[in-house]
Amino acid sequence: MSVSSTTANRPSLYDLIIKRGWLGKGLLIVVGLLALWKIVVSLLANPTLFLQQVINGLQLGFVYALIALGYTMVYGIVRLINFAHGDVFMVGAFVSFYGIARFQLHNWLSNLAPNLPPILTQAVGTLSVMAVAMAICALLAFTIERIAYKPLRNAPRISALITAIGVSFFLEYFGALKFVFTPNFITYKRPFEITTWFVNTKGIGQLIQGDTIPEGSVIFSNIFIIIVIASVALLMALNYIVQKTRVGKAMRAVAYDKQTARLMGINTDWIISFTFMIGAALAGAAGMLYAVAFPQVFFWMGIIPGLKAFVAAVLGGIGSIPGAVIGALIMGQAEVLSAAYISTPMRDAIAFSILIIVLLIRPTGIFGEPSREKA
Amino acid sequence: MSKRILVSVFLLAAVLLASCQPAAAPAAPAADTGPIKVAVLAPLSGPVPTFGVSTRDGALMAIEEWNAKGGVLGRKIEAVVEDSQCTPDPAVNAANKVIDQDKVHYIIGEVCSKASIPISEIAEAKGVVQISPTSTNPDVTLKADGSTKKYIFRACFIDPFQGLVMAKFAQGKGYKTAFIMFDQGNDYVRGLAEAFEKSWTEAGGTVVGKETYTSQDTDFSAILAKVAESKAEVLFLPDYYNIVNLVAAQAKEKGVTSVMMGGDGWDSPDLDAKASDGGFFSNHYSPEDTRAKVVDFVKAYSTKYGATPDALAALAYDATYLLLTAIEKAGSDDPAKVAEALAAIELEVVSGKVSFDKSHNPIKAAAVLQVKDGKVSFVESVAP
Amino acid sequence: MKKIPRSSLIFYGGALVFFIVVQLLISFGLLNAFWNTILRLGAVMAIVSLGLNLIYGFNGQFSLGQWAFYAIGAYCAADITYRWANLGSAGGLMVVLMIVLFTGAAILFLRTQLSKIRRLDALSAFSIYLLTTLILGYVALQIGKALDAPVAAALKALPPAVALQVVFFFAVILAGMLAAEISFLFGLPILTLGSDYFGIATLGLTIITKVLLDNSDTLLGFAEMKGARGMIGIPKITTWFWVFLFLIITIVVTRNLLNSSYGRAILSVREDEIAAKAMGIDVANYKILTFVIGSFFAGLAGGLYAHINGFLHPDTFNFIKSFDPMIVIVFGGLGSVTGTIAGAFAWALVLEGFLRLFLPEGFETWRFVVYPLLLLIMMLLKPSGIFGGYEIPFIRAVLPPNQPKRAEDLRSEDAIQSQEAGL
Repeated sequence: MSVSSTTANRPSLYDLIIKRGWLGKGLLIVVGLLALWKIVVSLLANPTLFLQQVINGLQLGFVYALIALGYTMVYGIVRLINFAHGDVFMVGAFVSFYGIARFQLHNWLSNLAPNLPPILTQAVGTLSVMAVAMAICALLAFTIERIAYKPLRNAPRISALITAIGVSFFLEYFGALKFVFTPNFITYKRPFEITTWFVNTKGIGQLIQGDTIPEGSVIFSNIFIIIVIASVALLMALNYIVQKTRVGKAMRAVAYDKQTARLMGINTDWIISFTFMIGAALAGAAGMLYAVAFPQVFFWMGIIPGLKAFVAAVLGGIGSIPGAVIGALIMGQAEVLSAAYISTPMRDAIAFSILIIVLLIRPTGIFGEPSREKA
Repeated sequence: MSKRILVSVFLLAAVLLASCQPAAAPAAPAADTGPIKVAVLAPLSGPVPTFGVSTRDGALMAIEEWNAKGGVLGRKIEAVVEDSQCTPDPAVNAANKVIDQDKVHYIIGEVCSKASIPISEIAEAKGVVQISPTSTNPDVTLKADGSTKKYIFRACFIDPFQGLVMAKFAQGKGYKTAFIMFDQGNDYVRGLAEAFEKSWTEAGGTVVGKETYTSQDTDFSAILAKVAESKAEVLFLPDYYNIVNLVAAQAKEKGVTSVMMGGDGWDSPDLDAKASDGGFFSNHYSPEDTRAKVVDFVKAYSTKYGATPDALAALAYDATYLLLTAIEKAGSDDPAKVAEALAAIELEVVSGKVSFDKSHNPIKAAAVLQVKDGKVSFVESVAP
Repeated sequence: MKKIPRSSLIFYGGALVFFIVVQLLISFGLLNAFWNTILRLGAVMAIVSLGLNLIYGFNGQFSLGQWAFYAIGAYCAADITYRWANLGSAGGLMVVLMIVLFTGAAILFLRTQLSKIRRLDALSAFSIYLLTTLILGYVALQIGKALDAPVAAALKALPPAVALQVVFFFAVILAGMLAAEISFLFGLPILTLGSDYFGIATLGLTIITKVLLDNSDTLLGFAEMKGARGMIGIPKITTWFWVFLFLIITIVVTRNLLNSSYGRAILSVREDEIAAKAMGIDVANYKILTFVIGSFFAGLAGGLYAHINGFLHPDTFNFIKSFDPMIVIVFGGLGSVTGTIAGAFAWALVLEGFLRLFLPEGFETWRFVVYPLLLLIMMLLKPSGIFGGYEIPFIRAVLPPNQPKRAEDLRSEDAIQSQEAGL
């Protein structure tokens, strides 16, 4: 490391490498190029399989997005990582399961009016199950917020975090009791039958179960369509609430500055509860969609999707709503593509590495505002 | 300066004290009249409480039946149930608790190998007989140097046997290509997958793909897309029924046409027979079996608990029967004698006729079953 | 001759008495293996938590990576003693020793050199460290292998029991050092992230570590670790003496660190990062120093833990369990050494001891329903933890005399709005 004689105008190689940080950037660029190369090679090797994996990742990403929104909204307002959110998601899945399997809630319209076209009755039935799951989750979140978080509003932030972990454990193990959700893995009953279609250059067709996929085609199912439509609709509804309504405005005000919001006559406690409820309602919907896509419910199911959605929220910039969606879509792709092309055992490790690398480049996530530190 | 002296005095005293070994706990005088205590260590919380509940129920039912017959050696049997969470630390604590606090001489459990191994270390050191109903890892009954632990037994097959059975069976059906999926974090699944792969390739089959996942995964789309692409004839998935249900449901919608095959983990009343239709798996016994033992067991269990027994319940029941029979044969409450009796035992239980080999693994036949039209039917029996 | 303060005398005396009493109880069989194991696990937890308390409680860095370093320490120490006890080889010991020495020396040297370059960003520095440690690590590996035979021969000259204890002692220390060095490399870029983001990145480390351990036999190439099958054949030699000794060392090191100018700088970073910077404190430097020391304790504790059960399984190092030390330090009282130790023992005794003994028959499944309820009630009644701000005189003597800003005043909701330090 000889000190090079730096002239005033031209930076020496040493300056470029060491002082301008190109060594570090170079490391990131090499990693990025490797990943890109891998993706391009896989795309060229088998374009249909690659497209298929992208669709798989999209389906996963949209479900993550719904969960991630709850994390990001709550964090935006009270700066609390609500670890119990994943378990609210689990409760949503269970509520929809009982609604379908025990109370036949999805059939109410077809029972009332058997002559309506089945597609309509099914859609209405599915939507009502989802609405019930959302309502119950919102109620649950309201209760949790009032009992466990509100008393701690002025306590150290970590106390609330530990309480959140406590609530999470409680919901899981209480749910695992025999008279609640039972500790079993329960096969979920979908409110409708699956249909799969294949698309290739020649056109589109329905895939009959048991048949092999025609050469060179990509398949997708009605589950994929439903998840995408439901997620996009819910996201638009959320966007409307946050951007256009009075409550939404109040939420943004509270997130920005709680003290001032209170002085402006906003009932901050209520707004915080409301935020928790909206987040939980989305988690409830996500719980149902998740269970429809991966038909199994059990008391532990919220932890991992919850964690991944949380990572997605951080990736996108926690506190930012578009960030949560983009982050979730990236997480979905990262998970599926790394499982497909890099290494299945390392898929979670890769997802986290992506997170760490993104944070190194943008320390507050993709859409995150720069942290408001005292300047 | 004197601080240093203080520290040295402290250290000296400490070393002196530490050097006096804890007095070997005096073997509890075998009370000849009190009840014989049997500990049931099962994962009642943690990731797989459902396995724990089945195991506990199976073992408790066996104990109740014996008590109804008048107990063993004329003494009542008392069960001590403890939660061991399928995790090493709580399992060790649970084992220490039942051995030191409750003074049991016999342990039924644990379900998971990763909990059974640390328990077996303690049980072996303290001379307590342990029968694990379902831990398949060879290390449960073996020491690090490969010799057998005197007091430790198991009631299930070890991995290589089931893998061999399924590989042979699949090739007998004329299949040539297989895709293997396994949980990288689960030794049972991994053991079976490795054993299958070995037997499969040795017998001339090709493994067209091998993918791993973790027990927490629910999205198998990426792997299944590869399976569909590989056009494998057999998809070997030796995991528990919960994963099988998920994979099978997604496989159908991803256009996978391979025949699914697996091991005894599939056996459960909760197996999604619709999704896994056409799949084959190896098991300890066939629920259709007409042997009196099986019929009685299935009937008693379903009246008592309102559910069809799964493999875990059956094996826990068997393990308890093996233990109690061995106590009776030994004619004493002395664990050393009971362990000897167990090693020499030959007994007809629910999962077949059982005796132990020199590594304390049971020698018994395996059944190959098929999921068909919503129920599980017997295909063939494969002797060891 | 310097006079020893009364508080120190009381502390050392009290510790000695406590140790002797427990050891006597164990020696006479009054404290059976059940309670003995819980005590040892509690002490190990106390060491891990003290490390985290240093990082989070005293320095304000919200780390969820403590468990990863615990895992690294456990597997490192286990591998060293495994090779000695089962293969009669000192290879593990020498290789780790050489790696620790070489890379440690390299890191220290590079620090003096790199500190001369101004405006060097963390990522570039990281690349330089990484490259150097990788190269030196390889060299160290070869040297370590070469030293295996002579050292093994020398150790075999000792009585076997003594040799095992010697290997064990070094294994535990080296486990801590290795964890510390890895934490340095990892912390260098990551510590530039703010509060919660740092927490999530460290959580990522915990998860990545667990994945690697699951595949330690295939991906990492350590056949004896057996990956997800669990590592067996580790000698069970962590006695009450060893855990207590290391616990006392940890407490004393923490205390002396707090008593130094370093300690006051570390505290100042927690209280107000910007003010600290304005006072000329190299904030980044102290953050990494605390992180490394805290991780050293985690590695140490891991080394001790590995030899309690003689069995290691990656599931022990699951990310869900990584919240345990966090729960312990908040439960005991954040930023309180006394509270952390009490919290660790209470946590172990309640969760594994009392709940097992006192829950009635048939309610075994309720253990984990009662535990979060206890935690919730506790947090709602006393959000600042059992001990709040209390310290035993031994520790209190070295804290800044007047510490009006307890954590709770500082981190109240409104302070958070403008102040991002700590979670």
